[in-house]
Amino acid sequence: MLRAIFVIFFFQLLGEALKKFFEMRIPGPVIGLILLLIALIFLKRFKTTAVNKLKNDVLSTSNYILSYLSLLFVPIGVGVVMHLSYLENNLFKVLVIVFISTILTIGLTAFLMEKINKQINKK
Amino acid sequence: MIQKDKLYSIWVYLQAEPLFWLTLTIGSYLVGDYLYKKSKLFPLVNPVAISILIISYERYFEGAKFIHFMLGPATVALAIPIYKQFKLIQKEALSISVSLVTGSLFAIISTFALCEIFKIDDQVLFSMLPRSATAPIAMGIADLIGGIPSLTAIITILTGIMGASFGTFALDFLKLKDMSARGFGLGLASHGLGTARAMSRNETAGVFAALALGLNGIATSILVPLLFKLLNIF
Repeated sequence: MLRAIFVIFFFQLLGEALKKFFEMRIPGPVIGLILLLIALIFLKRFKTTAVNKLKNDVLSTSNYILSYLSLLFVPIGVGVVMHLSYLENNLFKVLVIVFISTILTIGLTAFLMEKINKQINKK
Repeated sequence: MIQKDKLYSIWVYLQAEPLFWLTLTIGSYLVGDYLYKKSKLFPLVNPVAISILIISYERYFEGAKFIHFMLGPATVALAIPIYKQFKLIQKEALSISVSLVTGSLFAIISTFALCEIFKIDDQVLFSMLPRSATAPIAMGIADLIGGIPSLTAIITILTGIMGASFGTFALDFLKLKDMSARGFGLGLASHGLGTARAMSRNETAGVFAALALGLNGIATSILVPLLFKLLNIF
């Protein structure tokens, strides 16, 4: 567990440092995600027990953190609800626009993807 | 009276410490999660929304910083499920690219069109355009095109809450069964919150949501400035 936490923090740190160095607009944790993914794919070639042990440790710790992903959004959610007055008289209109556009985007994107996948699987 | 003063002083003491807010956050989340499971996973009984309703208190954020901090490592941890499903992602590369470009464009253009219909001020409109990208990326884009980043942060999180609460209704209405497609739609339109929702239901859906979150962050940061330039020409 501790070693896995080290690995995850380390990759985030690496991501934050690279973001700063190259002045990228992509968030540090997203860069860390990509780097960790590359590292995992690269490590596939090495099948020693030490590597496997660390990998399994990272896998189970990550699953544990991710099972509480929703919880991690509570603080920022509270922050936003407390600052809704910032939208002033636009609040209602903004809520309606966000609602309609978000629902339609989810539906359209998923619909398109399912249809294309079906076409490909038929062949 | 003395008793009441004493209680008040305990409250003043406790609310200055993170421990109280951390306990409250986890407690509210567990209540939300319990209700969500009791309601047989009804999407509107969202644990996040319930926790927000229970907590809503101005001085909360300072105390809950640790939970907020874990968002970064959790994002990095998303590499693991993506790694596990890498073969399926490669297999669906074509549908991923087509849905990414179409979905990303649709999110931006429909927001623009609705803002025109509702006669929203330009500054608020510019703050709204990148709202389907994850918050830090959306704020950067808004800054670039003349929006207000803090307004973008609020609108982006609202987008996430809307997507996580109502998105599955749209998917069920369209009778979509493909878990990768359902997840991809949720992640593309409503970033982290949509991903968390997808992840809580199905691992494949969660993976494709995380993938869509990352890809749409990049797509939006290319498309919004591009469309913005086109708009200025006309």
